[in-house]
Amino acid sequence: MSAFSAIDEEREIDRDEFTPGIEPQPTWCPGCGDFGVLKALKQAMPEVGRTPDETLLCTGIGCSGKLNSYFESYGFHTIHGRSLPVARAAKLANPGVEVIAAGGDGDGYGIGGNHFIHTARENHDMTYIVFNNEIFGLTKGQTSPTSPKGHKSKTQPSGSAKEPLRPLSLSLSAGASYIARTAAVNPNQAADIIAEAIEHDGFAHVDFLTQCPTWNKDAKQYVPYTDIQQSDDYDHDINDRREAAEMMYETETKLHEGEILTGRYYVDDDRPSYGQEKRAIGEMPEEPLAERYFDEDADWDRTYDLIDKHT
Amino acid sequence: MAEKDLIWRIAGGSGDGIDSTSQNFAKALMRSGLNVFTHRHYPSRIRGGHTYVEVRAGNGPVGSRGDGYNFLLTLGDSFARNPGEDAYYGDEEVKPLTENLDELNEGGIIVYDEGLLDEEDVAETDLEQRAEENDWHLYPVDLRGIAREYGRDVMRNTAGVGVTAALLDIDVSYFEELISASMSGDIKEANLNVLEDAYEQAQEFEHTHDWSAPEGDGHDEEQALLSGSDTISYGALDEGCRFISGYPMTPWTDVFTIMSQNLPKFGGISEQVEDEIAAAALALGASHMGVKSMSGSSGGGFALMSEPLGLAEMTETPIVLVEAMRAGPSTGLPTKPEQGDLEHILYTSQGDSSRVVFAPANVRECYTQTRQAFKIAYEYQIPTIVAYDQKLQGELRNVPVSFFDEEPNSDPGAVLTEEEIQEAAHHASGKFNRFQHDPEDGSNVSPRSVPGQKDGRFLATGNEHNESGHIDEDPENRVIQMERRVGKLADIREELDGLDTTHQTYKGPEDADYGIITWGSQQGTVFEAVDRLNDAGHSVKAIGVSDLMPYPEEDVTEFLESVDEALVVEMNATAQFRGLTQKELGRFGEKMSSLLKYNGNPFEPDEIVEGFETSIDDGELPHQRMKYVPAAGD
Ligand SMILES: Cc1ncc(C[n+]2csc(CCOP(=O)(O)OP(=O)(O)O)c2C)c(N)n1
Ligand code: SF4
Ligand SMILES: [Mg+2]
Repeated sequence: MSAFSAIDEEREIDRDEFTPGIEPQPTWCPGCGDFGVLKALKQAMPEVGRTPDETLLCTGIGCSGKLNSYFESYGFHTIHGRSLPVARAAKLANPGVEVIAAGGDGDGYGIGGNHFIHTARENHDMTYIVFNNEIFGLTKGQTSPTSPKGHKSKTQPSGSAKEPLRPLSLSLSAGASYIARTAAVNPNQAADIIAEAIEHDGFAHVDFLTQCPTWNKDAKQYVPYTDIQQSDDYDHDINDRREAAEMMYETETKLHEGEILTGRYYVDDDRPSYGQEKRAIGEMPEEPLAERYFDEDADWDRTYDLIDKHT
Repeated sequence: MAEKDLIWRIAGGSGDGIDSTSQNFAKALMRSGLNVFTHRHYPSRIRGGHTYVEVRAGNGPVGSRGDGYNFLLTLGDSFARNPGEDAYYGDEEVKPLTENLDELNEGGIIVYDEGLLDEEDVAETDLEQRAEENDWHLYPVDLRGIAREYGRDVMRNTAGVGVTAALLDIDVSYFEELISASMSGDIKEANLNVLEDAYEQAQEFEHTHDWSAPEGDGHDEEQALLSGSDTISYGALDEGCRFISGYPMTPWTDVFTIMSQNLPKFGGISEQVEDEIAAAALALGASHMGVKSMSGSSGGGFALMSEPLGLAEMTETPIVLVEAMRAGPSTGLPTKPEQGDLEHILYTSQGDSSRVVFAPANVRECYTQTRQAFKIAYEYQIPTIVAYDQKLQGELRNVPVSFFDEEPNSDPGAVLTEEEIQEAAHHASGKFNRFQHDPEDGSNVSPRSVPGQKDGRFLATGNEHNESGHIDEDPENRVIQMERRVGKLADIREELDGLDTTHQTYKGPEDADYGIITWGSQQGTVFEAVDRLNDAGHSVKAIGVSDLMPYPEEDVTEFLESVDEALVVEMNATAQFRGLTQKELGRFGEKMSSLLKYNGNPFEPDEIVEGFETSIDDGELPHQRMKYVPAAGD
């Protein structure tokens, strides 16, 4: 019997369960795009059939990192840039738990960029939502890795001399097996994409455009947007890497020309997740490791049996 | 005089199989009934660069390297594998022979490969002259020739062992057994032939020396030969650790490798990740799910772990980290030992630190203290660091096999079951109170739930937080949570003081006038020096400290009160342990002087004898290898 009865419990799930019993006063500014992520995530959870007790939401530091303060589940609010390494080990330790990581563009594409690349490369079975407001929100509006070239901030008084990072393209070349972009102003698409991302068996990366009306005043509110799957102008094959790459490049370029493209960019359903790969070579137990510590009948090897080779 | 220990040094290029040869040599002597100890010296290059390993063997306890050594076997062809490199490196072949001579004791034996070395090159050195002055006994042997006869030059080391056995009257059958067990097929046959041939040839030599290896008195029970890295790993495995994440860095790589090779067999998981920040963060993630987890690194990598380490303190997530110290700052001396990371380990990361730090003295304590580290980490929900160094990492010692006949412990510590969670206090928000202000029995430990358990939801956060984990800046809550977290250290000290066994070790007469204090890997060497000092008529005792934090206040206070003066011996330049002792005890500054060494090599017993004698008459050391710092106000 599992020591974790919340895992795979069959029952009706209400989206209200994901709202804390006493709702904390949100620290987000009125009109902040972060509310859109919270709403979409709450809507997606009942759709994918997971409960608060079987969900771990790991976040980084930033306005975005507060997500798990307003979302009811197990939570780990980590340190700046490090939600992914915490989250992926949690998944390896207990694959039965639904693991979602989230954080800002600075958090995930800047200070935590190395973890982003490697978590995507390894294709861990988890969802990663990046709140992309093209700005450092919490620290009061400095230029972030996705800020457009020329963007002025207190620390880039003459405007940024740097080209913005292309998060979708980076994700694709690093190895993510589900890549989408959505926007806070598009709640239904956002909830659908997050649900798909959670159900995907592998590393699912959602670049979520979240407007920051407080610090990124000259940024558009990400309207009007085009859903590339709904538009007649685009019909790239999301299972084709090359076509996906081109569509991503176009999307990233157009964002800074004022045209907002969103939707699914790349899906590889065939690639095994990291856990599957690791089990296949015998380097990860079939049963969740976390269960073992609660199982009184579990066998525990001891090193006394290794000593022979030292005699 | 007691029979002298054999201290056998094998020197050559670092690709010459010196490690495996010395390991087998030590094992053979252990099987012959002697106690053994190895000291490994090596430069940070995969191939090339001279290296050596010393094997010390005797019937008494051998807890440290000796002073100098008495048998040199040089193999080395060193760098010059590629003839084109000759011009660049110069002629290196003769260097393993010439560069090891300074520490060879009077009456020592030298065996060198006459097949490899050019006779003229040897003649150009001052070897003959020095041999005469020091009564060394030279045995040039064509080791390569013997090996070549059976097909492979690399078997020179086997030939060297055969010659050693013949010159020192060691029963060659122990070596035969080891070769038979560790090799197979043609290679085994060839090595056995080389061994026998070399042994027989060397027996025919005219033996100019008049000493031989001590004959083993035998052991009461079967012995095993292990390093500190082996026993740290085995301690972790026996304590139920099933997750490790790491990034290679010398000398930490040793533990990471041993764990990675064994964890899959033990049903666990090992992850090599992108950097040490990730390594520590992964171990936290796994521990958060209820799995006993560890990570570790050496100085630079441990620096990167600073922030996740603070997160573990703040979120009270148990974790065990290994810090395998090497000489710093920065890249420092990558393959040389030092104890310079003490303050780094104790205090790195922002805010007041609440962590446990152990520094094992030897191979046995590496096992017992790593087990204790896991127990404490998981029972008290606190990060625990096992600090050792390049010295303990590479040194092999014999330990009775029965020492490891211990039961594993899978207890995940202060974790609730689902039934217990139902009974436990919940916050008005519906969340479980994982960080209670006032946990039961006046304990500072608030038991945790783990994700996937019904009704155990809470938030772990690096921000200050209330009972259920929510971010909270209320001053009253802040003080309560701080005191609870930091207060665990006193509880842990109390528990450790109440145990039947302590990791502080004493040596020398209780009523001695003078004291020596040391910590971690230097303890064995200091204890040997204490014996010599007492033999020489001094009144000295020592305490070896292996619990660094929470500091063993009572043990050290009692020791310091009982002596007139104390010399603190440590391998760093700024007397970090002496500073810690003064800070923790708030006094004794006038009683403690320091003997420091930071040239990349650990202390030798006679250096401590010399340092002690300098300290009692407040003299000056005649050389630069060590530094003496008098007590405050002296
Ligand atoms: C190691 C470290 N460096 C810097 C900071 C300060 N800091 C907190 S959040 C943040 C950037 C936030 O930007 P982003 O990740 O885009 O999140 P947002 O607030 O925009 O959601 C910075 C620099 C920190 N907490 N830790
Ligand atoms: S500063 Fe910007 S990102 Fe942060 S809460 Fe306010 S609007 Fe949102
Ligand atoms: Mg941002």
